[in-house]
Amino acid sequence: MDFELMWRVYPFFLQAAWVTIVLSVLTAILGLTCGSLGAAARLSRHAILRFIGAAYVSVFRGTPALIQLFILYFGGPQIGIQLNAFQAGVIGLGVNIGAYMTETIRGAIVAVDKGQMEAARTLGLSKFQAMRKVVLPQAMRLMVRPLGVNINALIKGTALVAAISVIELTYTAQRYIGSTYRPFEMFLLAGVLYMIIIYVTGRGVAYLDRKVRIV
Amino acid sequence: MSDPKPFVDIRHAQKSYGDLEVLKDIDLSVQRGQIVAIIGPSGSGKSTLLRAINDLDPLTGGEVWLEDVQVNKKLPHRQYEKHINQVRQQIGMVFQHFNLFPHLTVRENITMAPKMLKGLSDEAANKLAEEQLEKVGMIDRIEYYPSRLSGGQKQRVAIARALAMNPKVMLFDEATSALDPELVEEVNLVMKKLAEEHMTMIIVTHEMGFAQSVCDRVLFMDQGVVVEEGPPDVIFRNPQNERTRGFLRKHLEGANGH
Repeated sequence: MDFELMWRVYPFFLQAAWVTIVLSVLTAILGLTCGSLGAAARLSRHAILRFIGAAYVSVFRGTPALIQLFILYFGGPQIGIQLNAFQAGVIGLGVNIGAYMTETIRGAIVAVDKGQMEAARTLGLSKFQAMRKVVLPQAMRLMVRPLGVNINALIKGTALVAAISVIELTYTAQRYIGSTYRPFEMFLLAGVLYMIIIYVTGRGVAYLDRKVRIV
Repeated sequence: MSDPKPFVDIRHAQKSYGDLEVLKDIDLSVQRGQIVAIIGPSGSGKSTLLRAINDLDPLTGGEVWLEDVQVNKKLPHRQYEKHINQVRQQIGMVFQHFNLFPHLTVRENITMAPKMLKGLSDEAANKLAEEQLEKVGMIDRIEYYPSRLSGGQKQRVAIARALAMNPKVMLFDEATSALDPELVEEVNLVMKKLAEEHMTMIIVTHEMGFAQSVCDRVLFMDQGVVVEEGPPDVIFRNPQNERTRGFLRKHLEGANGH
């Protein structure tokens, strides 16, 4: 193993890791937004919204994220959607992970005992007030860990955008292999950096989970 | 039945789930200050009837009135929501499984609704919570979270939470059924206290002794109909209907078996 080579290229990998982090954060924000809207739609009293929510989930969980990215990035211009690779990466991955987060958030909300909603409604709270003051605070506690699992998957999923040439960690590794012919070292370096990002994120999720624990 | 103006009035209550008819044309009038017990085997529709009073389980036919307001009137969704939220503030309900809010302290459980719905200041809401907790004997647990309370204590807090909205009528849906036997009495005592204050109460219960000692009137329900109703002495000592007799016999045997 050529440690000297790894030492020489690793600053460039750090830069690429930074791109992966930014990509992950933006994707997570978009995913949580889509997930919240999706969950709200799935739990709506309007059949149309429930249908839209269910269709969103089944389409985006039912097809490979890579195909979704390709359709958006390569197919997009054909129907008038012009995005650069980074934008397409964030939107493609965000909307994709949002479908998973929809189910996570919905699951946490329905897991709150229905007596809670009943008790709140019985006191005279509206459905919205009961959601906000009684159900959601309890659902939040239930969704931290599973959302952490989604975010873990999302970070690893950012490797896919190498396929549309976003210069992130995986793409960078491939590029350096092209010039060094050292796939073992280059992928190992990328892998270690992914692991660090995921480890730190995992600790963050565990911390958050402890913070929101029910007394 | 002599008073011409009932306080809570259920007329021709009917409820079906598909082909299954769980309430069959039930009438129930409750006067102000009256305490009515509803007894009967499980599946008889007694809880469904109780839950129809605040429209938690909407009827498929018939009317529910609280004084001169129809609880279950047909309105467009938004107007109905506004109407029912208003009505529910006046109807306290206590559940078998307490349904305290686990993420809030005892104090917050009680102050939340009055602050949100009646615009009470923190100070006024705290004072109200303290008064109600004093009444149910739970003032020393005011800063506790529900998870640290026993079942009986939880139920007493749940009663205080309902009372804090100053309801016109209180509904009890098997309030002591989930409690360990030794914790039943403390909840019964609170309910007796309310009875002495002439709170109008409708109580679904399995506790025949309690129904007999506290209630003015007892309804025996079976298979979606009121089989027999009358003063507790008549229902418990001298029931006229065979089904009532059968139920009471089984129930008293069961109770003695404990």
